[in-house]
Amino acid sequence: MIDRDPAEEAEHEEAAPARPERAPRKSAPIVPPQNVAGSALILVIAIMTFLSCLTLGAVTLVRDTAATWQTQIAREATIQIKPAEGFDMEAGLATAQRIVSGFAGVRSASIVGAEATIRLLEPWLGSGLDIDELPVPRLVIVTIDPASPPDFAAMRTALGAEVPQASLDDHRTWVDRLVAMARTTVTIGISVLALMLAATVLSVVFATRGAMAGNGHIIEVLHFVGAEARFIAGEFRRHFLLTGMKGAAAGGLAAIIVFVAFSWWSSRNMATPEADQATALFGNFAIGTAGYGGVALVVIAVGALTAATSHLTVVSYLGDIDARHHDG
Amino acid sequence: MIRFENVGLRYGMGPEILRDISFDLPERSFQFLSGPSGAGKTTLLRLLFLSLKPTRGLITVFNKDRARITRRELPMLRRRIGVVFQDFRLLDHMTTYENVALPLRVRGREEASYRSDVIELLKWVGLGERMHVLPPVLSGGEKQRAAIARALIEQPEILLADEPTGNVDPPLARRLLRLFIELNRLGTAVVIATHDLGLMEQVDARRMILADGRLEIHD
Repeated sequence: MIDRDPAEEAEHEEAAPARPERAPRKSAPIVPPQNVAGSALILVIAIMTFLSCLTLGAVTLVRDTAATWQTQIAREATIQIKPAEGFDMEAGLATAQRIVSGFAGVRSASIVGAEATIRLLEPWLGSGLDIDELPVPRLVIVTIDPASPPDFAAMRTALGAEVPQASLDDHRTWVDRLVAMARTTVTIGISVLALMLAATVLSVVFATRGAMAGNGHIIEVLHFVGAEARFIAGEFRRHFLLTGMKGAAAGGLAAIIVFVAFSWWSSRNMATPEADQATALFGNFAIGTAGYGGVALVVIAVGALTAATSHLTVVSYLGDIDARHHDG
Repeated sequence: MIRFENVGLRYGMGPEILRDISFDLPERSFQFLSGPSGAGKTTLLRLLFLSLKPTRGLITVFNKDRARITRRELPMLRRRIGVVFQDFRLLDHMTTYENVALPLRVRGREEASYRSDVIELLKWVGLGERMHVLPPVLSGGEKQRAAIARALIEQPEILLADEPTGNVDPPLARRLLRLFIELNRLGTAVVIATHDLGLMEQVDARRMILADGRLEIHD
């Protein structure tokens, strides 16, 4: 490269006698890892990831449970026939059963018999009840195919035409309430998740700005040796990607441990009244593949978000430096 | 190569530090930039190195108007200018070899492609035996030579040196000066900012004297 002056070279060689050359060591990182915020940031990211995963788990659980309830409720409809003067209840029940059985999407229609009705009323009216003496409404339970439910409006019209005393309850009110509750829960969960990710981004912004300020001398040298902003940002991004992935992996692992522990507790206490109560409310406490997939997704998202945030922060910080120089 | 026309500079609302500076730095030229402490030598070097924009006047660098150079173009232009700072600005966590190779590394070059060039240059500046040493262990003179080597590794078209002999003894100062002359002989324009009269008397070169923010040129 440079044509050396032999005299100059001789002088140097004299000053520094030649020794066998050592192979250069692996190049040191341009930004030393110890100069970049370490354990505190890893801990913050781990906590945020852990909470995000728990939120995601809770949302998954509520959504699945609500879906199960919804399916169970949507599987049945009830026809209530009110008694009236001169109305033949048994004939009305049979007609109603016949009408609904003819609809596509109805698997079966069964009349709640007199004895079963008495048993239903027993807690309120006591034993020894004579159903014929009281104007008690009677029921027809319609089992429907949830995959292709019948046309309830047409069914209601047909029933109204032949059995005016009948009213059809397709449980729509309950289903609608459940759907609204599940949607609200999912929306709240996603909002909480978004807030946590925003807090993570802000933590990374502060940490990156701190790291930039602490490594100002390195950035200045990189600037004057002609490094592009992209290169400098890449050097910092590498550190923050590693920090983010470490923290996110730790948080995700902790969340998985919590899920597995709950799942284990739930399966161990399956026969106890507490577990029965919890199962009745939430179904089986199992996050499932989708939940674990979600945890993996949160971990990757947090790592990528950390890297992207630090990259953008560095580029904007370098822009500020250039603008200051320009204004200076 | 670099031209200043009626350039003025002030920091914020303060007084003008440089006033009506006009000069031309031709290719392969050799000049000293001198003047009392605080006269604005370092500021003028920063203008030359594109790390400051003038408050007024016109600066043309490699045929480009400074005012029209975008932030994206700056790194490419800076690669054509080598700078040696008075305080060396070596990175303490990197060896001499790594510090000198840094300009090539930031361009994304593979180490195998430049290793021999860096080693050759380190030998040329007399640091062949100190290439695996960290800067805190180097003497002032060695640090200065490492900083010079870093500025030269890309064979810049112009070398700016801020008080390059300020931290070394007279024999080493003479040796560094010979190094600059040799570099100039090989085709690089050289600007040495110094207030060392003894150093300037050793070479018959153009002298740019800064005083009270104004520049006088003695060819």
